Amino acid sequence: MAKIMRKITDGILFAATWFFAAITLLVLLFIIAHIVINGVPYLEPRLFEFTFTSENVSMMPAIISTVFMVFLTLIIAVPLGIFTSIYLVEYVKKGNKFVMLIRSAAEMLAGIPSVVYGLFGMLMFGQFFGLGWSLAAGVLTLSIMILPVVIRTTEEALKSVGDGYREGGYALGSGKLRVVFRLVLPSAVPGIMAGVILAMGRIVGESAALIFTAGTVPQIPQTLGASARTLSVHMWALSGEGHHVGEAYATAVILLLIVLVINTAAAVIAKIFTAKGSGA
Amino acid sequence: MSISIKNCDLFYGDFHALKGIGRDEGMEISENKVTAFIGPSGCGKSTFIRVFNRMNDLIQNCKITGEITIDGQNIYEKSTDITQLRKNVGMVFQKPNPFPMSIYDNIAFAPRTYGIKKRAQLDEIVERSLRQAALWDEVSDRLKKSALGLSGGQQQRLCIARTLAAEPKIILMDEPTSALDPISTGTIEDLIRELKKTYTIVIVTHNMQQATRISDKTAFFLMGEVIEYDKTRQIFSNPKDKRTENYVTGRFG
Amino acid sequence: MPARADYRKKLQNILDNLVIMCRHAEDICEQSVAAFVARDLELAQNVKKIEKTIDKLERKIEKASLRLLVMEHPVASDFHEISVALKIVIDLERIGDQAKDIAKITAQLTDAPVPESIKQMGVIVIHMLKDAVRSYVNRDLELARLLDKTDDKVDAIFDIIMNELAAAIQKNPENSKNALQLIMVAKYLERIGDHAVNIGERVEKLIQGKI
Repeated sequence: MAKIMRKITDGILFAATWFFAAITLLVLLFIIAHIVINGVPYLEPRLFEFTFTSENVSMMPAIISTVFMVFLTLIIAVPLGIFTSIYLVEYVKKGNKFVMLIRSAAEMLAGIPSVVYGLFGMLMFGQFFGLGWSLAAGVLTLSIMILPVVIRTTEEALKSVGDGYREGGYALGSGKLRVVFRLVLPSAVPGIMAGVILAMGRIVGESAALIFTAGTVPQIPQTLGASARTLSVHMWALSGEGHHVGEAYATAVILLLIVLVINTAAAVIAKIFTAKGSGA
Repeated sequence: MSISIKNCDLFYGDFHALKGIGRDEGMEISENKVTAFIGPSGCGKSTFIRVFNRMNDLIQNCKITGEITIDGQNIYEKSTDITQLRKNVGMVFQKPNPFPMSIYDNIAFAPRTYGIKKRAQLDEIVERSLRQAALWDEVSDRLKKSALGLSGGQQQRLCIARTLAAEPKIILMDEPTSALDPISTGTIEDLIRELKKTYTIVIVTHNMQQATRISDKTAFFLMGEVIEYDKTRQIFSNPKDKRTENYVTGRFG
Repeated sequence: MPARADYRKKLQNILDNLVIMCRHAEDICEQSVAAFVARDLELAQNVKKIEKTIDKLERKIEKASLRLLVMEHPVASDFHEISVALKIVIDLERIGDQAKDIAKITAQLTDAPVPESIKQMGVIVIHMLKDAVRSYVNRDLELARLLDKTDDKVDAIFDIIMNELAAAIQKNPENSKNALQLIMVAKYLERIGDHAVNIGERVEKLIQGKI
């Protein structure tokens, strides 16, 4: 009896698991299909011209702005995040009040809606520092926004490095600096990379925070002070105007592709580092 | 170099982990001998071995009192240069921990820390250390390959070679073979016997046969105290303390 | 909670068997001397049986001890127990052999009376063996050390017996065969005494824990 009961329970659980997994997959496929079907017909060469006009809503300036945005934001946020994490993990004593404060602040920042960042960025960088709507204001705002993500993942990556390396390094008479930068950090690279990728995803996908800070000018920015729109903002602008919904879908297709490329690159990089640095 | 210990106490916060080691006539760890620390888990032997190279400094709320003298100097004095101390007192750990870099870079790690940069000099140190650790013949053709590709036993000998490259006088080993198979264990034991001609070796082991095979003197630890410290032959043939007897015969409970 | 229960049981088993073997050795000596003094052929037959039991026990203890050494690596006092057991069984087995030889001679002896000196020697040797066994069972260092002195007495009596029998042969050469057999018995008894001394020495080492 018990055996039959167990078989039935097993069967039900298996079916349920399968069912919910299938739903998730279907939703995902539906979204992708929807975007591709609506977007691909509008993908024309002229959408990749270097200037945006009201007749040709080219997304090329937005692609270039996105690249700038990602690159500049990472240049600011990643070193800041990594060094903060190193300080938190390697230098501060456990149970330190100040660290707990930093940590809970970082966690809170991670939960704040991006539009709030946008508002803050606009007031702080746009008005107080007089940057107006500009690439610089956008970059600074996004840097603050992704900092918690970078800190969190880097902390985890550093903590997961076996104490064997640290002990081994110290036992050979190395100082903290050498142990951290020569032994711990290289081993934590795959984890840190994962965090960076996650951050990149957030930058690429961000619109609300950027509308307030970087503005929506659809041209290639010539200086850091110039306003610029990323792909996500471009999409938001096109669909909002209502005249270019098809082009908005086309933009979404390109956005999807970019995310796909980033994720694949992340996986490959992580794999290379893991192969090199696995072990103790 | 010998180590002498006088009335050493160690606390982790409120926990009294080592209680008055070498309290009466002091404890002496002799030069060019293998000294084994045995005892049940949590008895303080691993904590004690870490006193000699001040690895306990890394642990928060760890307080040490008493006198630990190496080469005529109390290593817990303010003026102690920890880098120099750890150069003199090398350590090999339970789990082989080669760094995620090439075999060559692993061995050259310590010399580079001490400022040796010249290629020829490093080459010489790497070869000498690997030969001393009986690993040269197995790895001489792949020095530039990752150290993580070696077998467990090879990795542990690499860690020994890495320690030797710092040119220490004393080598501490914390259960160096507990993660290895019997053949690798045998190789390492042979190596220890060879190394004791040049170095003072202190080894923590849970394997009592290992203690009898390679050590000259044995200290039996129980609840943070050294119950008995004597020639290994004496400890395993005619221990003076009933608790030692109970432990070595497995009657312990 | 004592650890290594199975090992402890095996070790205890060996030591128990050794004590049993000691008792058999005492028995066989008493019976063979009694058979010899009384010309009791039936008792002499029984001696042979006991000798076989002793041989069997020797092999059993030896096997179990060697196995324990290989498989369990006893150290400290346990090691001494086993190593002493391995040696004592050899002494006990030899004692069994000598007793059997005395019983064999009993069957070939004439009716001539047994000299008092040999009877006396038998009593002393049996006493020595009992002391040796007692010193082992009770871990009695004093008793073990005493055995050596008693053995000097046995050696002295042996000299007396030799002189007596030599005189007897001179007086009556026809008796020479009987006299030679008696000297053999005396020699066997003297050997048993030596083994008792050996056992005492082993006990001494066991108590002191020396290698």
